[in-house]
Amino acid sequence: MPKKSKMIEIQNLHKKFGKLTVLDGLDLTITEGGVFAILGPNGSGKTTLIKCLLGMVIPNEGKIAFNDSTILRKWDYRNDLNYLPQIANFPANLSVIELFKMVKNLRPKASKEQELIELFGLEGFLNKKLGNLSGGTKQKVNLVLTFMFDSKLIILDEPTTGLDPIALIHLKELIAKEKEKGKTILVTTHIMSFVDEIADEIVFLLDGKIYFKGSVDQLKKETKQSNLEHAIANLISKEDA
Amino acid sequence: MLKILKYSIYDLLRSRWSYVYFTFYLILGFVLLFLNNDINKAVITMMNIIIVLTPLIGTIFGVMYYYNSKEFTELLLAQPIERNNIFLGQYIGISLSLTLSLVLGLGIPFVLYGLFKSAAIFDFTLLVVVGSFLNFIFVALAYNIALSTENKIKGFGYAILMWLFLAVIYDGIFMISLMLFNEYPLDNFSLIATMLNPIDLSRILILLKLDISALLGYTGAVFKDFFGTNKGAMLSFLVLCLWIFVPLFRMKRKLRKKDF
Repeated sequence: MPKKSKMIEIQNLHKKFGKLTVLDGLDLTITEGGVFAILGPNGSGKTTLIKCLLGMVIPNEGKIAFNDSTILRKWDYRNDLNYLPQIANFPANLSVIELFKMVKNLRPKASKEQELIELFGLEGFLNKKLGNLSGGTKQKVNLVLTFMFDSKLIILDEPTTGLDPIALIHLKELIAKEKEKGKTILVTTHIMSFVDEIADEIVFLLDGKIYFKGSVDQLKKETKQSNLEHAIANLISKEDA
Repeated sequence: MLKILKYSIYDLLRSRWSYVYFTFYLILGFVLLFLNNDINKAVITMMNIIIVLTPLIGTIFGVMYYYNSKEFTELLLAQPIERNNIFLGQYIGISLSLTLSLVLGLGIPFVLYGLFKSAAIFDFTLLVVVGSFLNFIFVALAYNIALSTENKIKGFGYAILMWLFLAVIYDGIFMISLMLFNEYPLDNFSLIATMLNPIDLSRILILLKLDISALLGYTGAVFKDFFGTNKGAMLSFLVLCLWIFVPLFRMKRKLRKKDF
């Protein structure tokens, strides 16, 4: 098997919000292809890490390279990635279809929203105002926006929030399909069964550093647990002891 | 940036408030013309209202738009668009749509009343130009305040205080200092102090063009000497431009470091 090329390389990343240190010298390399689950207790810096990668949060120190070039103060690299934000808040007075049109207009790139609208059953909501949608429906709109473009990197921040079981199955299928196409997918979630099903590799964050990085089986072996949930709990409690 | 600008304007044109603002000026224009029965007098009354009101509306709209479109801005930040362009597009969008309300709202009644046949057309044009400047200046100031203040309520508070200071308190301090130091020559002081406040500067610019500076006494003569000349007028417009560009420059610097 040929050696996989590096997609993201993060070196010595520091970020403080006031006195609170969120990222404390984090190093991480993500190779091309596969599903990476970014895990960690609440407030461990998962979202901050992702936002640094997106250029929304500006790190105090450190380097981030995407496809071998730095991303700091750049913006065009974002054309090669799709991002699903944690909380789906949209302008309330736009309708769903207007939002899709607008984002498509901002990103002149081939998109396949029709297929996704059908997959998530959003046809009936297209002319509704975004402000009137339920949390779950908003999340579906959010998912369509994320998956409608063909990009090498897909970043999902808590994608399962508010989804019903059918939508969840569709989401897993969608992730599997994208993975087959050789995409790199970063996911943060607190649902371990979801991780167990989809993730190839686990990146465990604790106190602003990478505490563990490896496959699910490696993690289970290392913590001597057969269940992923317990293995993760074991990781956290080991740190506390 | 043009795309963002387009969507901001589109978004604002769908908002009820743009129409309320437009209708307000429309009614104001008609009422003033009807009551004064004279374009020149209506322009003067209009000036007094515009000088205070456009800054207030610009400030409130600017702050409100920033906080209301926060989530949308975050969505845009994850798209392949440069940060500066997102905010610059929004800023120009708000300022332009406010200016549009002002120009159309005042323009329609005045044109219907026979503005083009009247000598007041230059005064009226100056009034609209100054009003537009005030829109651009105060939206820029409001955006600066909103960008630096995470808390919505605080942001609103600071913005209103800024307006209150420039529209009312500044004049108060100015007057008191003129009275306290009236034994000293104050010509230059008052010229500079006027320059430093965009509202005062706009007021003086219009007053002098309206040829009622004789009412202002000795200071009026000094002002007329300065602002009445082409050089003075140029310098005043330059200062008004600075009042737009300095806040925009600060906005750009702030954006380099801001986390979302």
